[in-house]
Amino acid sequence: MELVYALATGVLTASGVWLLLRPRTFQVLLGLALLSYATNIFIFGMGRLTLHRPPVIRGDTPVDPSFYADPTPQALVLTAIVIAFATTALFLVVLLALRGLTGTDHVDGREPDA
Amino acid sequence: MNVLLQHLPVLPVVVPLVTGAVMLLVRERRRRTHGALAITSFTIQLAAAVVLLLLTTDTVRDVWTEGIGVYRIGGWPAPFAIVLVVDRLAAMMVMLSATLGLAAILYSVAHWDRPALPFHALLQFLAMGVNGAFLTGDLFNLYVFFEVLLAASYGLVLRGLGSQRVKTGLNYIAINLASSSLFLIGVALIYGISGTLNMADLTQKVAALEPDDRTILEAGAAVLGVAFLVKAGSWPLNFWLPRTYAIALPPVAAIFAILSKVGIYAVIRVSSLTAGDNITTTILDEILFWVGLGTLLAGIVGMLSARHLSRFIAYSVVVSTGLVLGALGLGIETLIAPVLFYIGLSVVTTGTFFMLTGMAERARETIVARNAAELTAPAPFFVAYGVADPDPYGIDEEIGTAIPAAMAFLGLIFVFCVMLVAGLPPLPGFVAKFAILAAVLGSPEVAAAPAWLFASAVLLSGLATVITTSRIGIRLFWTSAARRVPRLRLLEAAPVALLLLAMFAATAAAPVVMEFLDATAASLQDPQAYVRAVLGGEP
Repeated sequence: MELVYALATGVLTASGVWLLLRPRTFQVLLGLALLSYATNIFIFGMGRLTLHRPPVIRGDTPVDPSFYADPTPQALVLTAIVIAFATTALFLVVLLALRGLTGTDHVDGREPDA
Repeated sequence: MNVLLQHLPVLPVVVPLVTGAVMLLVRERRRRTHGALAITSFTIQLAAAVVLLLLTTDTVRDVWTEGIGVYRIGGWPAPFAIVLVVDRLAAMMVMLSATLGLAAILYSVAHWDRPALPFHALLQFLAMGVNGAFLTGDLFNLYVFFEVLLAASYGLVLRGLGSQRVKTGLNYIAINLASSSLFLIGVALIYGISGTLNMADLTQKVAALEPDDRTILEAGAAVLGVAFLVKAGSWPLNFWLPRTYAIALPPVAAIFAILSKVGIYAVIRVSSLTAGDNITTTILDEILFWVGLGTLLAGIVGMLSARHLSRFIAYSVVVSTGLVLGALGLGIETLIAPVLFYIGLSVVTTGTFFMLTGMAERARETIVARNAAELTAPAPFFVAYGVADPDPYGIDEEIGTAIPAAMAFLGLIFVFCVMLVAGLPPLPGFVAKFAILAAVLGSPEVAAAPAWLFASAVLLSGLATVITTSRIGIRLFWTSAARRVPRLRLLEAAPVALLLLAMFAATAAAPVVMEFLDATAASLQDPQAYVRAVLGGEP
């Protein structure tokens, strides 16, 4: 599971960075989105990968932390997802504004040859 | 302890949040209401900041133990919930941001705040993010406040629109989103290895780590540091900064003067709390020093190439970042207090300078408009006879015209700002730079080569400032066409003058200020009091 998890994070990050370096604004947007997914998965992984362990302590089982998953990274991921979602939406608006104002979707606001 | 005093540390965060939210409900047409709300909010913030600052000093002893105020949100005990911590450094930075914010609001109420709605609300949210970032004692909370201030700053950069602004804004947003990812990765690494996000708790956990785990923690701290350095605008991660600052509207750019210092604050805070054994600290310091030196040189080159005042000031922000990082990287204990003084000074100077551009460039705009009118109507007489067109604004017109008061005011402020940035005596800029250089060159701990390199770079930046500002100043104030006097409003001119006066007051009260800063530096060297205040004590 760890290998699959690590590979997924790595592939997401690599794709994100590659897209981030592309000249078209929409590619940059997708790159940023992929990077934020990779980050979220990474944060989640930092809480250790475990199976069959609830994050919320129940009253009827013994209160031993080793029976439970770490809830903090899950809370952090939730916050990070919301923030990344909002900022990506904002980026999308600016992207469209740039497209409307300059007539091109190049990140520099003009075509390299023109 | 009465209720107001108890909840004082959270006021600089809550007041702008509530004000901003209320503003969204007020109609856009009621500009005066927006302005009044904004001024009230910043006045409250400033008052709260002053009281917080007083409480952290030794004048009021019985309220907070050891002068560190801890606000436990929800009343939960410290490592499990988010705390706001007010120590000397945090109080000082909140004070700076409130002062600058109030001045910028007064300035913008004159006429920059049309249309009012997004502008005033965004400024409030920006202030909330900045204050929160200074006050929080939790790493993830720091990330959240960074995002709050960045989200507001995205909106503010775009204010005024135009393809140039949108293009720059897009780059600015992309850079910051990418660096936010780095920030999160750094935080996650630190949490994964230490199991805590509370900075005070982290200080204790770091000391008890195994060597193998320590490597991972340092990797996390390094990733986090890169994110901070992007925000601080250090070379080679700062290509976004001059363009963004130069293109933002003057009051916005003035507020942005504090944004890069938020990154520096984070560097200082986190490195103070996680400083471990000496070897790693030395390596980190060395990296910081070279990054700082690179930033200084990049800023100097940028300054010399600047043709517009706003771009020059943006590069002076880069220079000040470089100076601070380089000085911190030298790792001299006696250097911290002068550096803190310099941070405060450079924030206020840059803010004032940016506000000045708004007024000075207006004079130029009228000139440009006039020149354009002249060019479109060539004098037929001179064309017909093949004679060179004499300067239409020749010297004879000069006779008898007194220097207009507005132009004299602008010129005076310009000269003061230049002297402050360049560090010329007798203004406080000189005191700050002199104190830094004296500490660098007088310290036996530092090898001669880096100390001299750093000192010459600092002096070179002063020279570059003078050269560039002479060029820009001549163009702005002395070109003959500049006689059309820009109309100034008192509301615009007053905050600029007040900020300068505040700086003089701070210099006149230098013994008190330096005593406070020395105590701040000492508390940064020994974070145990911070840890005790956060983790110990009653909830």
